[in-house]
Amino acid sequence: MATVEAQRPVLVGHGLRKAWGVVRQLPATPTLILSLVIFGALFAEQLAPHHPTEGELRMRTMPAAWVEGGSATHLLGTDDQGRDILSRIIYGSRISLAVSLTAVLLAGTLGTAIGLIAGYKGGLVDALLMRLADIGLSMPLILIAVVVTAVTGPSFRNVILVIGFLLWPRFARQVRGETLSIKENDYIALARVAGRSGPYIVWRHIFPNVIPSLLVVSTLQVAYVILVEGSLSFLGVGVPPPHPAWGLMIAEGRQLVWTAPWVAAFPGIAMGLTLLAMNMFGDWLRDKLDPKLRQV
Amino acid sequence: MQRYILGRILQLVVSLLVVVTFVFLLSRLSGDPVQLMLDVRATEEEKQALRVHLGLDKPLPVQYGVYLQGMLVGDFGRSILSRRPVLEHIWERLPNTLMLGAVGILFSIAIGVPIGVYSAVKRGTVLDHVARVFAVMGQAVPTFWLGIMLILIFGVWLAWLPPGGKSGPESFILPAITLGYFTAAAIMRLTRSSMLEVLGAEYVKFARIKGLHEQVVVWKHALKNATIPVLTFSVMLFVIFLGGAVVTETVFAWPGLGRLILEGINTRDYPIVQGGVMVFSAIYLLANLMVDVLYSYFNPKIRFARPGG
Repeated sequence: MATVEAQRPVLVGHGLRKAWGVVRQLPATPTLILSLVIFGALFAEQLAPHHPTEGELRMRTMPAAWVEGGSATHLLGTDDQGRDILSRIIYGSRISLAVSLTAVLLAGTLGTAIGLIAGYKGGLVDALLMRLADIGLSMPLILIAVVVTAVTGPSFRNVILVIGFLLWPRFARQVRGETLSIKENDYIALARVAGRSGPYIVWRHIFPNVIPSLLVVSTLQVAYVILVEGSLSFLGVGVPPPHPAWGLMIAEGRQLVWTAPWVAAFPGIAMGLTLLAMNMFGDWLRDKLDPKLRQV
Repeated sequence: MQRYILGRILQLVVSLLVVVTFVFLLSRLSGDPVQLMLDVRATEEEKQALRVHLGLDKPLPVQYGVYLQGMLVGDFGRSILSRRPVLEHIWERLPNTLMLGAVGILFSIAIGVPIGVYSAVKRGTVLDHVARVFAVMGQAVPTFWLGIMLILIFGVWLAWLPPGGKSGPESFILPAITLGYFTAAAIMRLTRSSMLEVLGAEYVKFARIKGLHEQVVVWKHALKNATIPVLTFSVMLFVIFLGGAVVTETVFAWPGLGRLILEGINTRDYPIVQGGVMVFSAIYLLANLMVDVLYSYFNPKIRFARPGG
C-alpha cells in the first residue's frame, strides 16, 4: 500500500508532462479558433456585450464599427430589430455546439452499439444491421431532415433527434469494420476460452480499441452536423426564432442583403471558420491517431 | 458483379419503400389538410364531404394501400392548392434541378481539374499552396452563405448577374458556382493526388526520356490516367448536388424540385410533398447506385468490403 502511495506523485507529474506534450503538438490555427468558439459558448453571458434576442429599435441596421455610421458599442453592427450581431454570434456558438455535440453523441452511441453488435455477432445479425445502415446511408439526408422537422415542428429537440437518428450508420460502419479486425486477435480468443461473456468481451476488450477512430469520426461529424443544423435553420425548419442560431441569422440577413449585407455576412464567417477549424482538427487527429483512416 | 448489382437494386427498392412509407406517415401526422383547403366558414358537413372525396375518412392502412398503388403507376394525386396533378408540377420543376446539377458538375470539373493538375505539377510552390487553401475553404464555407454573398457582390453591388430566379443562361452562373465550389475543391484534391501518383509512374518517366514536350507529358499522358477516379467522382457530385438542392434552390429562388417540396411543406400541400420526395429520393438513390456500381467496377476491393456482397 505504502509503495503505491509513494508512486502517486511521480504518476501525476508524468501525466501532466504528457498532457503538456499533447497540447504542444496541437495544430495552432484550428485549436485557437475552436478554443474561442468553445470559450464563447461557455461564457456567452459574460462575453456578449448585449442581450442576444432583445434589440433596441433606435439602433437598428447599424453597420460594423469601422464602417461609416457604425459605433463602437456594436462592433459588428445590428440587425433590423436592433439586436447586436456580435452578441448573437457568441450566443449562436452555444447553439451550434450544443446541437452538434448532442446529435453526435446520440448518433455515436447508437452507431457504436449497433456496429459492435454487428461486428461481434456476425452472420445474419450483421447482414441485417448493415443492410439497415446501407439504407440509412443512401438516403437524401438533408431532404429527409427538412421534411421530418417541418412536420414535427421546428425545435431544438427535434433537430437533435432527427440528425442523430440519420447519422448513426456512419458510426456503425466504422465501428463494425474495426470490430471485425479486432475480433481476430489472440487475446479475444483467450478471453473466450477463459469463459468471459460476449458483452464483457465487447465492452472490455473491443470497445476501448475502437475509441481512437471513433474520436476521429466524431470530430468530422460534429462539423457536418453544424452545417446540417445551419441548413435546417436557414430553411426555417431548424432552431426556431428568436434563438440566435447562425443559420437562422443568415436567413434573416438574406432578406436584408440589399440594405444591410453585414447581417448575413458575419454569422457566415463565424460558421465557416468553425467548420474550417473542426475539419482541420479532425484531419490532424486522424493522421495522429489512426493513419489507416487516411484512405477513408 | 451481377449478384452485387442485383443486391444493390433490391436494396434501392427497400430504401424507396422506407422513404415512401415514412413520408406517408409523416404527412398524415402533420395536421388536417381539409382545414387548409376550405374556407374558414365551411360547415362540418362540407368538411366531411371533402374528407370522403379525398379518401381521408378511410382507415390508415387502406389509405396507405391506395397511396402505394398510386405511387406504383406514377399517380401522385392532385395538388391541394393548384388542383393540378402532382406529376405535372414535378415535370415542370425536375428539368431545372437536373440542368442546374449538370452545369454545376461542368463548372466543378472546369475549375477543379486544371487547378489540380497545376497544383500537382508545381508541387510545393506558392501556386500549390494557394490552390490547397482554396480546397480547404471549399469544404468549410456553408453553401447557403456563399450563395448570398455571391448575390450580394454580383447581383447587388456590381449588378452583373440576376440575383435569383431562372431566366436566361446567365441566371445559371451564380447557382452553379455556389453548388460547384465545394465539389470543385474536392475534385481539385482528387486530381492533385492522382496526378502526383501518375507523374511518378514509369511510363511518364519514359515519355520524358523520349524527349516529349513537358506539356504533352502532363496534359496528355499523365492526365489521361488520372481522370478515371475523377470521372467516377463526377457521378458522386451529382448525388451531392441533389442532396443540397433544397438549400441552393431556396437561396436563388430557383424553380426546382427541392424548392417545390419546401413550398409544399410550407403550404401543407402534402400530395406535392409526397410525390416530390418520392421522385427526388428515387433519382438520388439511383445516382447513388450508379456511384457504387462504377466504384466497384473500377475498384473490386470495395465490393468485397461490403457484408455478404
